[in-house]
Amino acid sequence: MGDADIIPIGTGGRPGRGTGSRRPSAAARSLAGKPPVSRQGATERPGGAKPADERPGQQANDGPASAEQPALEASVSDDATTETEAGTSAAESRRTAAEESVAAPRPLDATAAAKGIPASDWLEAAVAAAREVFGEQWEPRMAELLAFWRRRLTGDYQVDEFGFDPELTQRFLMAVLRPIAERWFRIEVRGLENIPAEGGALVVSNHSGTIPVDGLMTMVMLHDHAGRDLRPLGADLVFKLPIIGGVARKAGATLACSEDAERMLKQGELVGVWPEGFKGIGKPYSERYKLQRFGRGGFVSAAMRTGVPIIPLSVVGAEEIYPLVGNIPSLARLLGLPYVPITPFFPLLGPLGLVPLPSKWILEFGEPIRTDAYEASAAEDPMLVFDLTDQVRETIQQSLYRLLMDRSSVFG
Amino acid sequence: MGRVVLVTGVSRDLARQFAKQIADDPAVDRVVGVDIVPPRGDIGDVSFVRADIRTPVIAKIIVKEDVDTVVHMSVIATPGDVGGRATMKELNVIGTMQLLAACQRAPGLANLVVKSTSTVYGATNRDPAMFTEDMDARRLPRSGYARDAFEVEGYVRGFARRRPDVRVTTLRAANVIGPDVQSPTAQYFRLPVVPRVLGFDPRLQFLHRDDLMAVLAHAVRNDVAGTFNVAGDGVILLSQALRRLGRPSLPVPSFALTGLGSTLGKSGLVDFSPEQQRFLTFGRGIDTTRMREVLGFEPRYTTASAFADFAAALGPGAISPGRITSPDTVLAGVAGLVEGRGQHG
Repeated sequence: MGDADIIPIGTGGRPGRGTGSRRPSAAARSLAGKPPVSRQGATERPGGAKPADERPGQQANDGPASAEQPALEASVSDDATTETEAGTSAAESRRTAAEESVAAPRPLDATAAAKGIPASDWLEAAVAAAREVFGEQWEPRMAELLAFWRRRLTGDYQVDEFGFDPELTQRFLMAVLRPIAERWFRIEVRGLENIPAEGGALVVSNHSGTIPVDGLMTMVMLHDHAGRDLRPLGADLVFKLPIIGGVARKAGATLACSEDAERMLKQGELVGVWPEGFKGIGKPYSERYKLQRFGRGGFVSAAMRTGVPIIPLSVVGAEEIYPLVGNIPSLARLLGLPYVPITPFFPLLGPLGLVPLPSKWILEFGEPIRTDAYEASAAEDPMLVFDLTDQVRETIQQSLYRLLMDRSSVFG
Repeated sequence: MGRVVLVTGVSRDLARQFAKQIADDPAVDRVVGVDIVPPRGDIGDVSFVRADIRTPVIAKIIVKEDVDTVVHMSVIATPGDVGGRATMKELNVIGTMQLLAACQRAPGLANLVVKSTSTVYGATNRDPAMFTEDMDARRLPRSGYARDAFEVEGYVRGFARRRPDVRVTTLRAANVIGPDVQSPTAQYFRLPVVPRVLGFDPRLQFLHRDDLMAVLAHAVRNDVAGTFNVAGDGVILLSQALRRLGRPSLPVPSFALTGLGSTLGKSGLVDFSPEQQRFLTFGRGIDTTRMREVLGFEPRYTTASAFADFAAALGPGAISPGRITSPDTVLAGVAGLVEGRGQHG
């Protein structure tokens, strides 16, 4: 019993990884071809004679390890039961197994090689993987995911008349953008109480950042924190570009024209508009946080005609993601784009330059400006429309200055 | 005395079926079908008169038959079976001019119903999501069917000004689809592998053939003047339509599609005219509020169900659910396994 302290190292000449584990690995089994097996049986007897004395003593902690051969045989059919089986008949079966392996090594080896990893192992692995990915409630969640993929594949889903695909947006686009919004830009949202829980409203925001990332981030934040889908109004260029145009419609965007804006607002959607347009996102870094001209104020007349509130939104942080220091006008003309940006990292670092700088963002929704008090004809009064446009612009500009004072540093 | 209806273009299937159907209407006494070639199918109670609407003969027919309602359905979309584009244009535009000239001289005429198309709105990236009847195309159609339809509508408007006593109804129908419809769109979806524009997913609207018949009959019966968009409810995306059809698609960059389109067009497989390509790039939606509220017509099929009817007649495609090549089969298998486990444990 005192010998039980000896910890066996190696497998005593049996094929295996040399870890002393219960069974040789599949790789080792297939490595041990026919001649080695017969030789192994012979060498094991004298070699195994020495440890044979301590084995009974080891039974308690190392029991299954000694019942190696029957376990190998049994593992072909079932490995869950071998544990107990091996434990009970360990000492005796070891001897018979050793004899067996000498007498009939071929069928044993052949079956093990032919079967490979048993199907039940595959299933176990798949289940474990599913549990790893989906958590304990993996069965309903996986069934749901499969149903989702089947719906997508068979086209069994709905889009609205603007081409908005809510399922795709929520399950794919938002899932991709959410980590960027929360981890990369660490967006802080203020003034969410100004977003109506239902009914039409027009979110008017400043625009910056060389490419319209701010629109996407606003969509994610409103979806996550206000439970509403923002329906952005995009320039006609967006719908001309392949892939981007298709995705934009599926994400809920539509063309920035008064017909579409009014149609969406009448349907009670939360519509987002960036009246600065390309003047806003394409302005040089030196002019950051200086609002550009607010178009023709078409968004104000759309809101007036439908009587929905205008919610000013100030975005701080988006200006710094791609500091625009230059432009290649000739190339832009050639490509039909409003500008081709040069930033400190693009095109210098190639695709790496497309990684936005991790500035800290603040989104502040201001107090809604009501338009339902105006008469129906007010939308046709240019002076009133200009006044209201200026009011919205001034509100956003002022809160931008305030937020800039608030923030400790660009990357804070 | 009942009404006498003249239907143009009855050699084509849709017009022939409509003429046959309106002939069964008890309010209608007589239906006269006019075309250059005799209709191939059964025309029931319709009396066919072989006449070319491009010639003044049509005026004599209208007066002689004492026609009070003209249903103009011979604006054709495909040049395929009439010869070439030149013939098609002549048939569409000159035919309409002659027909309208004849109508203007016919004192007994009271109603004119024109089957136009939503193609007149064109398709660009600057389009509003839904066109109402008051909106114009953002870019005027320059060629093909859309141009013809645009010119035809112009002549019809001119006629309406000159003969204010005649009630004129123009129906701008979305793409007509149905189990036996032969149209550029139907042909397109019948291709075994459907080419599509890379990176674009147009919105499509369909009008079921039965609904087209119903709305034309509705326009003949009810005295509602004006221009109306007619389409099934809702829109579906091209990708969605192809998935429902179970047909594989081949995304082609738009610049390459021009060449492919002309090759396919020459082979006679499918019409892939520039305007059809623009439609398959940007899509189009038409607003049907006025159809519902002013015309008082309610289509039986939605866009989705009209397309489902078309797809059912077409049979399963290469990757339809249930086919071994369908990725859905694999997913269904895995779903079955998961459900099986769920029931066990």
